[in-house]
Amino acid sequence: MTQRVGIEVSRAVAIAAKLANVDVVAAYPITPQTHIVEDLSEMVASGELDASYIPVESEHSAMSCCLGSASVGARTFTATASQGLELMHEVLYVASSMRFPIVMAVANRALSAPISIWGDHSDVMSVRDTGWIQIFVANGQEAFDNILCAFRIGEDRAVLLPVMIHLDGFQLTHVIEPIYLEEEDKVEKFLPPNDYPIPLDPDNPVSMGAFGPPEIYSEIKKAQDVALTSSKSVILKSWKEFGDAFGRYYSPLQCYRCDNAKVLLLAMGSFSETAMSAIDAMREDGHKVGLIKLTLWRPFPFAEIRDAVKDAEVVVVFDRALSFGGPGGPVCSEIRSALYDLEKRPKVIGFVGGLGGRVVSAAGFREIIEQGTKIAREGTEQEYEMFGVRE
Amino acid sequence: MTESEKKPTWRDIEIGAIIKEPGSAMQYKTGDWRTQRPTYYHERCIKCGLCSIFCPEGCIKQTEEGYFEADLDYCKGCGICARECWTKAINMVEED
Repeated sequence: MTQRVGIEVSRAVAIAAKLANVDVVAAYPITPQTHIVEDLSEMVASGELDASYIPVESEHSAMSCCLGSASVGARTFTATASQGLELMHEVLYVASSMRFPIVMAVANRALSAPISIWGDHSDVMSVRDTGWIQIFVANGQEAFDNILCAFRIGEDRAVLLPVMIHLDGFQLTHVIEPIYLEEEDKVEKFLPPNDYPIPLDPDNPVSMGAFGPPEIYSEIKKAQDVALTSSKSVILKSWKEFGDAFGRYYSPLQCYRCDNAKVLLLAMGSFSETAMSAIDAMREDGHKVGLIKLTLWRPFPFAEIRDAVKDAEVVVVFDRALSFGGPGGPVCSEIRSALYDLEKRPKVIGFVGGLGGRVVSAAGFREIIEQGTKIAREGTEQEYEMFGVRE
Repeated sequence: MTESEKKPTWRDIEIGAIIKEPGSAMQYKTGDWRTQRPTYYHERCIKCGLCSIFCPEGCIKQTEEGYFEADLDYCKGCGICARECWTKAINMVEED
């Protein structure tokens, strides 16, 4: 019988990786991700998990080791955050371009300077275009479940791409939540062993990471983009099969009380759960508001977004990152871009907040929705508004 | 890859752009990087082979008549042979 236990989300993520029976973990500790790999290290040391744990000297090496282990078909897991994600940046492109189904948990955290160990999405947005499948989770159960789904999705022969699971640093990683930790045999059934079709093998030699001259590079990049874009069907199928097996279903975005809503708030990650309380309170007061919780960040769910906002007058997008000197929040600019060609489209108002661990309460989200609606009505929108900043 | 070979489309790319055929780099003719090509005045050539020693590509071979000439499939047109040839038997000309 599946137990629902009170457990720190980081530890649940480590247990998910263990249940996935990973072969290799190569990682470097960094706050707020440390507990994940610390737990895995202990599991390997105690013999609870039969895997190689490679304690590397940097995140650049961590991801490079992951390339090596994935290239021979080993199921490979790592985790990082913030500066660590930045340090492995160039290797992330190699992982996706070489089509290695590595799974990485990213404990979202702000970037220096000034040094901040607290959460936001600056680290994620800097790796937006690295070609990984990227999924945002909003609570501990989603984190646990999606680690399992990530292996299933990434290793599918029609996909063969690395997957990042984004969970908010501290708000999720360090919080104890009641989580269903699924049983080994059920997980085994859902997640068959990794069967990488073209591993490095002395009996069937291949060259990986070769030179790509100008006359072939564009074709290689197009093939890579098509692979990422078309992975969506496998993501949907895997989520459906996960739901059928475990009773919890996921989708690229979830609409919360969106029926007949004129104003929609869109958010990613754990803050979307706080925003739900704001929606509840405003609905009680008779306001026609709803929430879109965006789960699938890459491949970007264009069709689902367009459908979800088609009857709204205003979409208020909440970003936890800032594109300096650019259009404000990265999520907002993508939503604007997704809707631009529609004949009838809602006004899109961007708010940036929750930077470097700054709390946005339910009352704060109510203020964001009200301010956003007022700006849309008065037509006084700018590229973005920064919420909660002292003037 | 020469012009006459059919160039692969994006649909033909192997997963991760891996190369399954060992030694296939031989098929990649780096000569198409060239903007200049060497031409030869055989009446000045003393068949010393200095050009082939200096060629960074190692693509200059001796012909049956004893002259030294670059394999244009691989010659990148750097012009080192022309500069080093002390009898001025090599002249670089622009490719069309």
